[in-house]
Amino acid sequence: MSRVLEVENLRISFPDGQGGRLYPVDGVSFSLERGETLALVGESGCGKSLTSLALLQLIPPPGRIESGSTVRLGDIDVLGLRGERLRQIRGRRIGMIFQDPMTSLNPVFKVGDQIAEGIRAHFDVSRAEARSRSFNLLQEVGIPDARSRLDAYPHQLSGGMRQRVMIAIALAAEPEILVADEPTTALDVTVQAQILEVLDRLRATRGMAVLLITHDLGIVAGRADRVAVMYAGQIVEEAPTARLFARPSHPYTQGLFASVPRLTGPVQRLTPIGGSVPPPSAWPAGCRFRPRCPKAFEKSELAPPLLPVEPDHRMRCWLAETGGARG
Amino acid sequence: MIPALDPLTRAWRSPQGRTGALVLAAILLGAAVGPTLLPDPVAQPDVIGEANLPPSVAHPFGTDHLSRDVLSRVVTGARISLAVALLAVALSMTLGAAVGLVAGYQGGTADAALMRLVDGALAVPRLFLLLLVLAAWETVPAAALILLIGSTGWFATSRIVRGEVLRLREESYIRAAEALGAPGGRIIFRHLLPNTLGPLLVAATLGVGDVILLEAGLSFLGLGIRPPAPSWGGMILDAKAVLVTAPWSGIFPGLAIVITVLSANLFGDALRDAVDPRGA
Repeated sequence: MSRVLEVENLRISFPDGQGGRLYPVDGVSFSLERGETLALVGESGCGKSLTSLALLQLIPPPGRIESGSTVRLGDIDVLGLRGERLRQIRGRRIGMIFQDPMTSLNPVFKVGDQIAEGIRAHFDVSRAEARSRSFNLLQEVGIPDARSRLDAYPHQLSGGMRQRVMIAIALAAEPEILVADEPTTALDVTVQAQILEVLDRLRATRGMAVLLITHDLGIVAGRADRVAVMYAGQIVEEAPTARLFARPSHPYTQGLFASVPRLTGPVQRLTPIGGSVPPPSAWPAGCRFRPRCPKAFEKSELAPPLLPVEPDHRMRCWLAETGGARG
Repeated sequence: MIPALDPLTRAWRSPQGRTGALVLAAILLGAAVGPTLLPDPVAQPDVIGEANLPPSVAHPFGTDHLSRDVLSRVVTGARISLAVALLAVALSMTLGAAVGLVAGYQGGTADAALMRLVDGALAVPRLFLLLLVLAAWETVPAAALILLIGSTGWFATSRIVRGEVLRLREESYIRAAEALGAPGGRIIFRHLLPNTLGPLLVAATLGVGDVILLEAGLSFLGLGIRPPAPSWGGMILDAKAVLVTAPWSGIFPGLAIVITVLSANLFGDALRDAVDPRGA
């Protein structure tokens, strides 16, 4: 498999209002192979959305990406691009789907025009050609009666339809990577499944790599090839999906699984993780999960690096050294 | 139905908005066709004893001190006053929107520089600036008056538009357009501008009333539209000397100013309520 995206030591900072800076994303590294789906899982505030925005330099000021961070698309250093060169990457190499389809479409434009915008931003084609490609895209994402939907305004469509339109827009310039930031959070459960199915089908037919950002472990199973769990601005565990579900190793990941209801097996009480996610201003020294961790020990006062648990499986916990986190 | 024009529909539904719009429309219509039906507003009839006549069937608004028909002058004056107001406001809105869009979208140094410029310009009293420039002129072509009024009326508008752009920049569809690789110019004109049309319309409508008053004031001081061309402010200036003996030559142009400005403001207020229901 060929590597299409490589993120190394990504750090994003915001002013803390007292002259210093906070790092809501603090040293995130991951890579994406052609045709694979990587799920980035974490609670709100863990930095997963900022991570996705940084891929295209979309961090809103006064936030900034710290030097020393790297985002590579093949041999292009994305973070070094500015102006027109950067614009040519946006949408063309990486397409993005945003969380809320209600607010991510411009209310004053017909959906056909919004898809055509993505096409004409990157390809020199006529209006008629852009329109016919828009029509094909609407069909591809499963919108019935696509011809007349081209001339609909966003408010005339349901949430699920709008999210399909968002996907069509993200696909307009035929990117090789699709970043989906909580693509189903704002939708009904039944519609969620349909949207995920569309994404999966497109990944297969177009050979795209998908970065799926979600807080919902339930939609990860069976859809992602690998999972990276984020906590407090860092990746704390990374493994192939099947392995992570079979043997979650980081105490935080184990806590996440214990707090999700299961449909199979004996009925058990859900065990929530004690406390709440601290904001970046209150991250503890050492292991950031330490204050909430039932397994914290002396060594947790030192910040752990990502340590191997087994091949392809790493976690940011000193217990990896002893294998004691299993169970 | 186009969502950007929604405020117009809603303003039309309110009684004040509809009254203002209808009266403005009537004034515009009158200004457009009226002068062709009425006596020459400029030529002085060579008739002794026709000066300062009270309203009658022949002269519904009476005649002025030079025997000219006041109704005819009020209607022709409407043409000039409205033309100056509409064109000057169009110019202000264009400049204000352009500066506000660039400042709000670019941010950073460009924003800071433009807004400090606007702050400075807002600190200069507009009327005195205009008086200073106009007093140096023997005659003022209407085009020059429009340029002067228009180019000094955009400062507040640029701030409104900039504020609106700053709000819109946080909308995820703007971020989505950026993520799509849409060029900056396209984001400004296709995504930001149409979404600022509501506040721009409000500013424009209220601006028309302001400019009519401003132009009337300048003409009253003899610095705006110069005689013999009829303008409402100039007519009141002429009437000043005979205000006690022939009040109609001043009252009617005065009423024209009041009614026009009032209806523009009524419509503008209704528009503002329609754009931002919280401010109602």
